[in-house]
Amino acid sequence: MNLTDKIKEKFGEKVGIFEKSRRRLYVTVSREDAKEMVRFLFRDLKARFSIATGIDIRPGVEILYHLAFDELGVMVSVRVLVEKPELKMDSFTDFMPAVDWIEREIHEMLGVDFVGHPNLKRLLLPDDWPEGEHPYRKNTFESEKENDER
Amino acid sequence: MSDKKMIPIGPFHPLLEEPEFFKFYVEGERVVDADVRIGYNHRGIEKLAESKTYDMDVFLVERICGICSTSHPFAFVQAAEDISGIEIPERAKFIRTIIGELERIHSHLLWVGLAGHFIGYNTVFMWAWKYREPVLDVFEAISGNRNHYGMFKVGGVRRDIKEADIPALLSALDEIEKFCSMLTKAVMDDPVLQARTKGIGILKKQDALDLCVVGPVARASGVAIDIRKDLPYAAYDRVDFEKIVLPDGDVFSKAAVRLLETIESVKIIRQCLKEMPVGPIEAEVREVGIGEGIGQHEAPRGEVIHYVRSNNSNYPERHKIRAPSFMNVPSFKKTVIGEMIADAALITAGVDPCYCCTERMAVVDQATDKILLSGNELVRLCQEKTEKLRKCF
Amino acid sequence: MVNLFKWGLKKSLWVFHLGASACNNCDIEILDLLTPKFDVERFGIVLVGSPRHADVLLVSGIVNRQSIERFRRVYDQVPNPKLVVAIGACACSANMFRDSYNFVKPLDQIIPVDVYVPGCPPKPEAMIAGVVKALQKIR
Repeated sequence: MNLTDKIKEKFGEKVGIFEKSRRRLYVTVSREDAKEMVRFLFRDLKARFSIATGIDIRPGVEILYHLAFDELGVMVSVRVLVEKPELKMDSFTDFMPAVDWIEREIHEMLGVDFVGHPNLKRLLLPDDWPEGEHPYRKNTFESEKENDER
Repeated sequence: MSDKKMIPIGPFHPLLEEPEFFKFYVEGERVVDADVRIGYNHRGIEKLAESKTYDMDVFLVERICGICSTSHPFAFVQAAEDISGIEIPERAKFIRTIIGELERIHSHLLWVGLAGHFIGYNTVFMWAWKYREPVLDVFEAISGNRNHYGMFKVGGVRRDIKEADIPALLSALDEIEKFCSMLTKAVMDDPVLQARTKGIGILKKQDALDLCVVGPVARASGVAIDIRKDLPYAAYDRVDFEKIVLPDGDVFSKAAVRLLETIESVKIIRQCLKEMPVGPIEAEVREVGIGEGIGQHEAPRGEVIHYVRSNNSNYPERHKIRAPSFMNVPSFKKTVIGEMIADAALITAGVDPCYCCTERMAVVDQATDKILLSGNELVRLCQEKTEKLRKCF
Repeated sequence: MVNLFKWGLKKSLWVFHLGASACNNCDIEILDLLTPKFDVERFGIVLVGSPRHADVLLVSGIVNRQSIERFRRVYDQVPNPKLVVAIGACACSANMFRDSYNFVKPLDQIIPVDVYVPGCPPKPEAMIAGVVKALQKIR
């Protein structure tokens, strides 16, 4: 059974799978199912967590967890939308210690709160950087929101 | 409790190249806790990349790190090419491989020199750096610069290797190989170095898997990952080489993996120079396309991964950069706790932290946060321990 | 008396390297100066481990928000007379990081710079020439 089938077997309708190429698999899940998906890939299927990417888009922050299957030669990217304005996401540090630093970085750069992270303090930004200012946010959405309200 | 002291190494410690701040908490002679504060080197490159075109970004990411300066462009151009599956010419693949492997040799030799200095073998430092020079001369002959070669572009490479130059490059390689073999033998057979580094700073295999470390740090702990073999790219599937994996996870294994890899790199470069086909070195690329792409490269320190998202413009919408040290540096906590303070500098260096890749060493009193032993003193302790050991032989 | 001191200064230079927020390339080229190929110790140029012993401050990299205070502190620790040499394009201006949110100001708006050695990175020969130019300033 290949990787796509294994994922479909466990999650069924709850996932959207896009096989971009033999090496690239993009899996979309809801925020509630994300933890189970990543745990399945990391613990059960023995993937290696490579990194997570956070992107500011209009509805929220899209987080992609990139997990590598070195022996199969495949990179699986799990796509999760964390909605505005709450921006709350479960921390995965309890079962995947490797995610510690990147959750801190996404928190300070994009403002996502990772619930359950043991040490969600600054990683890269200087100590005197103002609270609430997240450098990776796209500020254009504010002006678009104004336009919508007019 | 009040006995706990913290030793900072950095920032601005001259031998730890970048401004970093490793904090060690000790009780007596033993390290009981450790922390690292990075951010001194943060330049906001990911955000900067969004305001520059793809061509400019290749030059920008080159300057993330000076030691592995080719690794980031390597991963970035592959990410951009991954978006719509751009194929590059065969000759370009071989040239990319040659540059990547030359960089591996120069980076590992640099590390061996610095580690040698930490231990107190200044001759190793001088030799390793002296024999780095022929590698830098080869770079200068190919690309025009000793560092920051500017060889990569989306769709291929920017400069060709002239056929007439290849014999000279091959004979330079012979010299480099001779030295690498000699250095490997000298380090691995030296009883003092073995006693100094074996069993020190062990990273267990399960910890390596949980923390998802990459590169020589992973391979020295028995985790057999190497992007060049697992997800082949450029010309790596056309050449023969070994994946160097050792089981023990200590500083000696980390050094051995790096040294043995330099010899494999020479093999790869030689094969590439001989088998490189004639042809163009770049594909004509009109646009990168819309979508997302991931590019990976096995840098000297491990896997570099870049993620690029493209909308319809010439500027990336999002460019994520993850250097190998981001995954490797957190592992220093597991390896240094429980060890003697005299080994702390060496264990930290064993991770080969290229801080400027990641972003960016002291004994401090846990209660008052005051510095008790500086980075210089830590290195001195490291060197003194070697002296004591040497007298036993 | 001052001339004697200046002569003494010209005889051997003690250099402290301050890497601000650099990519490290200039830093390893500076360390390269010590190695057998260039061997600046023949000229009496010694790399020291503490700013308090230095005559010349070699600076590389840009000054970012996290490091600016420590930076000023190190500069104050170097005893007078002192010279500052900006190594590399990042220290001379801001190179390509000018628009970064973490970039503060170019180096010479924070401390006075005596010699600029441009390049990315500058060749070791250029760095030696820069230090020699700094020497000539003392005259």
